[in-house]
Amino acid sequence: MNQEILVAILATAVTAGTPILYAALGEILAERAGVLNLGVEGMMLAGAVSGFIFATKTSSPWTGLLIAMLAGGLLAAIHAFLTVTLKANQVVSGLALTMFGTGLSGYIGKSYVGMPLPVPFHKVSVPVLSDIPFIGPVLFNHDPMVYLSYILVPVLWFFIFRTRSGLHLRAVGENPAAADSMGINVFLTRYIYVIIGGMLAGMGGAYLSLHYVPSWMENITAGRGWIAVALVIFATWNPVNALWGSYFFGGIDALGFRLQTMNVTISPHFLKMLPYLFTVVVLVLVTKRNMLNRIGSPRALGLPYDREER
Amino acid sequence: MQETYLVELKNITKRFPGVTANDKVNFNVRKGEIHVLLGENGSGKSTLMSILSGLYRPDEGEIIVRGIKMVFRSPRNAISAGIGMVHQHFKLIDSFSVAENVILGDDRTAPVLNIKDVENNLAQLSARYGLDINPSSMVWQLSVGEKQRVEIVKMLYRGSQVLILDEPTAVLTPQEADKLFRNLREMAGTGRGIVVITHKLNEVMEIADRVTVLRRGKAVATLERGQFNRTDLAWLMVGQDVVLQNKKKSPPGQRKVLELKGVGCLNDLGRNCLQDVSFTVHQGEIFGIAGVAGNGQRELAEVIAGLRRATEGSIIVNGTDITGFSPRRVIDHGVALVPEDRLGTGLIPNMGAVDNLVLKDYRRREMSRGPFLNRRKAYEKVKQLVNRFEIKLSSLDAPVKLMSGGNLQRLLLAREITSNPKLLIAVYPVRGLDIKATEAVHNLLLEQRERGMAILLISEDLEEIFKLSDRIGVLCGGRITGIIPSEMTDIEEIGLLMMGGTGEMVL
Ligand SMILES: Nc1ncnc2c1ncn2[C@@H]1O[C@H](COP(=O)(O)OP(=O)(O)O)[C@@H](O)[C@H]1O
Ligand SMILES: [Mg+2]
Repeated sequence: MNQEILVAILATAVTAGTPILYAALGEILAERAGVLNLGVEGMMLAGAVSGFIFATKTSSPWTGLLIAMLAGGLLAAIHAFLTVTLKANQVVSGLALTMFGTGLSGYIGKSYVGMPLPVPFHKVSVPVLSDIPFIGPVLFNHDPMVYLSYILVPVLWFFIFRTRSGLHLRAVGENPAAADSMGINVFLTRYIYVIIGGMLAGMGGAYLSLHYVPSWMENITAGRGWIAVALVIFATWNPVNALWGSYFFGGIDALGFRLQTMNVTISPHFLKMLPYLFTVVVLVLVTKRNMLNRIGSPRALGLPYDREER
Repeated sequence: MQETYLVELKNITKRFPGVTANDKVNFNVRKGEIHVLLGENGSGKSTLMSILSGLYRPDEGEIIVRGIKMVFRSPRNAISAGIGMVHQHFKLIDSFSVAENVILGDDRTAPVLNIKDVENNLAQLSARYGLDINPSSMVWQLSVGEKQRVEIVKMLYRGSQVLILDEPTAVLTPQEADKLFRNLREMAGTGRGIVVITHKLNEVMEIADRVTVLRRGKAVATLERGQFNRTDLAWLMVGQDVVLQNKKKSPPGQRKVLELKGVGCLNDLGRNCLQDVSFTVHQGEIFGIAGVAGNGQRELAEVIAGLRRATEGSIIVNGTDITGFSPRRVIDHGVALVPEDRLGTGLIPNMGAVDNLVLKDYRRREMSRGPFLNRRKAYEKVKQLVNRFEIKLSSLDAPVKLMSGGNLQRLLLAREITSNPKLLIAVYPVRGLDIKATEAVHNLLLEQRERGMAILLISEDLEEIFKLSDRIGVLCGGRITGIIPSEMTDIEEIGLLMMGGTGEMVL
């Protein structure tokens, strides 16, 4: 394999991984607060369709992105209301959200299927950095949303592990009763991070319809939301690990694509299956590793908090 | 003029589904005093103090802080009003360091954490009150005593003027408890008001400047030091005369029922937990295991019951080596376990009494009709048990989680005892029970002893151990640090063994 192809594959790995990365970052925030949200796929779809529609109407991908965030945040708010306020089962509520998001996006987007986007996010190479051999074309010849994610990852890492608010976030996910007894507002904290998580999932969806494809089709996410959910475990709830993980899955996606174009005689269906297959394999391996190193999920993940319950 | 208290609770009423936990309770705290809140298990002590610390909201009544009426919507409000509580079940985050736990929820913390600064402050603060803690340790590595000190420092760091401790000595050795009381006295000396919750009379006699007695949710008396003695307090607390009769014991038999030889095992984290544990329990003997909770007690019970793998040594029951047997085969060899958590491991909360009782019997011929359960038989048997063991329940099918602690324990004991085991392992059998229920359970155990059952009693309550046991083994750090016949020792000596067998740790 020559270097040109390698660069192409790696660059595609970054773009293919970016929607997963956004969604995984969002899910990390929600789970750090103790709320499992299996509605990622639904929130991504809602973001993708609403982002596409508004980007089409306003001819501005940025407006589309903003609306996508709102849509994802709105769905997440429903999840927060059900699971935090009404203390409904988080798994059931999340699954319902995914079904809702899938159905709704298909319905709303019906008349937009296959329409090209007038102004998608375009590639902008970063001056100087993109000239670095190898690294430049792999990392610095992308669209603005990729660059935004480069900034987002370290910022979120710093926020979670180095700031007071991050400490409070982790406390709420580990032991809400302890956090509460120290005067942290558990409900508010959970609402905030579930909603921000939804906004990030919406951005992940928008990336697909505003740059990656860029067009709208039903079920455009094709299971990426689920990969993101699995990735959170792989990343041990750490944004930096989520970055590597996303690019890894993006890479497998890209590789499958490449192999098809290179006339390798493997069924395209099999190649498309690869990322999901890897998700399962990686999950098994990683769960084992986490168990050995005692890296656990946030202790209170999945559990509703009720102050007066024993 | 009316006295201004640090805090004052007026006519507090709090209802939970089915119970009135607090009924028009009045309570107050003065500057510089240690005020003991005394009452049996279930009398509403924790509830009352959880209201004062903002965790629960009262249904009726007022909270007045330094003369000003306040409404606490959350612990945050109470903390800012200078009220801090150390809960019985510690509210610490295991995966955080001590310092991280202390600064939680504190607005004075810089937005970007500077843990080094915090650690220095904490070191100073804890040194000033003689509460020795290491601010940079992770909480999961701490002993129970250390965790308690962290909880206290947490509240001092937030500037608490009223410090509430819920049953603080339950998890301490007698010597550690003495040290805690000295610390509390010092804090009271700086003008703080200290509230200590307890159900132990000797603690009231030891430290109380004042005592308020709660009985079934009502405050029945508040007395100044000098106005109370043990007998009065016991009477106030229980509301009737308490006769603690000690049954005449026949001497234990000679036959060995349980023998442990150099047993070791790992805890849930995969670390060495028990090491080289050896002892014997004879027919008709109660062998008490004393020790501070978390020193391997639960693991010991589990290893014998076959629920945990022994990594070394052997366990012999009635002459058969049962090491490595499955729980079911261990049961078949005559071992019964009354575990620590009745509603988790012992019984299935959402099932009724009948289903819970046949859980162990379903394999027996008379309980089945072919592959099906013979429910009529099961009902008959359960009815008998309910009468014989005086279990109170609303219906045979109502979920057992609705039963009171005492009745749950009777149900569990009924199931285990009627399976006619040779060896009964009872872990914390009276935890959370009131005096009457405690007596009932103790009498049941003594009765079985008279009938020749070997009983391994694991408890953190030394009085209980002394009352029931023929011999006492002390567990510390997963090792047996001593085995002594109970009439040849005293609480002091056992306390020393609980800390590893030397007197050096006593300050
Ligand atoms: N969170 C709760 N939910 C329902 N019932 C409760 C709760 N907390 C306490 N109770 C009930 O209220 C009564 C008083 O309990 P508690 O205050 O814990 O007593 P104490 O601390 O004196 O042992 C008991 O009957 C108990 O079962
Ligand atoms: Mg209590």
